[in-house]
Amino acid sequence: MLEVEAVEAAYGPFLALSGVTLRVGPGEIVALLGPNGAGKTTLIRCVTGLLVPRAGRIRFGGAEIVGLLPHAIVERGLAVVPEGRRLFGGMTVEENLDLGAFTPHARAGLGRGRERIYEIFPILRERRRQLAGTLSGGQQQMVAIGRALMAAPRLLILDEPSLGLAPRIVETILGVIGEINRGGVSILLVEQNVQAALGLAHRAYILEAGRVAGEGSGPALLQDPHVRRAYLGPLASLPGSRPPLP
Amino acid sequence: MILVQQLVLGLLVGGLYGLAAAGLSLVFGVLKVLNVAHGELIMLGGYGAFWLWVLLGFDPLLALPLVVAGALAFGVLLYWGLFAFVVRAHEETRIKNSLLIGFGLALATHALAVRLWTADERSITTTYAGAVLSLGPIAIPLVRLASLVLAFALIGALHLLLQRWRWGRAIRATAEDWEAAALTGIDVRRAYLLAFAIGTGLAGAAGTLVSVGYSISPSIGLEWTLKALIVVVLAGLGSMLGTFVGGLVLGLAEAASAFAFGGPYREVVGLVIFLAVLVARPRGLFAR
Repeated sequence: MLEVEAVEAAYGPFLALSGVTLRVGPGEIVALLGPNGAGKTTLIRCVTGLLVPRAGRIRFGGAEIVGLLPHAIVERGLAVVPEGRRLFGGMTVEENLDLGAFTPHARAGLGRGRERIYEIFPILRERRRQLAGTLSGGQQQMVAIGRALMAAPRLLILDEPSLGLAPRIVETILGVIGEINRGGVSILLVEQNVQAALGLAHRAYILEAGRVAGEGSGPALLQDPHVRRAYLGPLASLPGSRPPLP
Repeated sequence: MILVQQLVLGLLVGGLYGLAAAGLSLVFGVLKVLNVAHGELIMLGGYGAFWLWVLLGFDPLLALPLVVAGALAFGVLLYWGLFAFVVRAHEETRIKNSLLIGFGLALATHALAVRLWTADERSITTTYAGAVLSLGPIAIPLVRLASLVLAFALIGALHLLLQRWRWGRAIRATAEDWEAAALTGIDVRRAYLLAFAIGTGLAGAAGTLVSVGYSISPSIGLEWTLKALIVVVLAGLGSMLGTFVGGLVLGLAEAASAFAFGGPYREVVGLVIFLAVLVARPRGLFAR
């Protein structure tokens, strides 16, 4: 479904990705783990067309997508829930959702899609006339996921969907991600919450300093020293720094 | 009574300030590009209406939709020719690049207009140009009243367009966060193109109304850019209706200060407002 091959990306002189290769198969949930600054978000920016990689190939559904503009990639069935949600705060919940179905391909199913989002997140139906910027963090995340689903994607990328949310909400969100996957959508999940991500994912990749440092199934990776390092973060092992979070 | 008369006239011209500012505000808010040639586009729109009237005998009311259509098309060409390059740059560097392009465009347009049409002041004087609505001692020039009403109608239409039309929403989304807009499947460059074309169309409409109720010459551009800029700062970005109200406020303030301190101070008050708003409420009076 998604094949990333030897992708290099740089911001000016700073190399953020140095040869990343990974793949997401049809129907899979793949987790992408790694400490801050490892290049996870950069990789997502490359895949979604916001950043053009310096080298390497990215194929989606068998076709090369490097060089396509973001909206053309969405049109092909790859939607993303961006880090920090990035809702249109001055617009209502419903306007945000409708904008998710902007591509010609998705527009045909707009009404049905919206109804489905309201079934998944009933609270959004109540709040549909409310400005998205005035919602709680958890509800905003629901709108962000809903907006991405409105594009009727074959692959959904979620960049840190649990960041800053209460544990109960995180559970709901992760449950929904599993449900979406059972509906036939492949998932690429970028997460800091390693335990939760590995509990959900079929496979996972560890990204460190711009390269893939590990790869495997959930339980195997939890025992991996690389994972433990990524999980704790590079600073956690230094003397005098904060103890790792449980 | 003189004060009331002045205020009425101020309100009438204020509607045009609002209309002039709406185009500038739309382009600035969506493309993050400051088109300092906006006043020159208004000037061109005014000449468009003027020549349609002189050469073809078109009534300005009939000329208005034609000029707007022409301005929309001209806006598309301008975007492709000049501004499409600017919006490829990072948002932070767009402003300075657009200033260079805008000043260049303004100077070239001004020089071209002088060359083609001389520096004479012109205005469209229809048969009904002198008609006045008298309310006791207050005289309201009908043409200017009609301009105010038309300006308001255009702003209202724009507001509805941005609220209801699919691409109107896309334009608003792009203004808020172009990356998020692109990730929801919006062709951001097309949103830029549409916003710029609509902004130019609004300038054409404003120019038409200026050439009817007031006068045009090749040198009015800077003055109108300045008025529009003051209104944009006053009203803040994001609300077209707020921009219109900002225009009315500027018109009234100018009239009041001209009455209190004398004619030359008409121009001063706008700049004082400009500074005061920037110091006290840099996001604009009506910004949320």
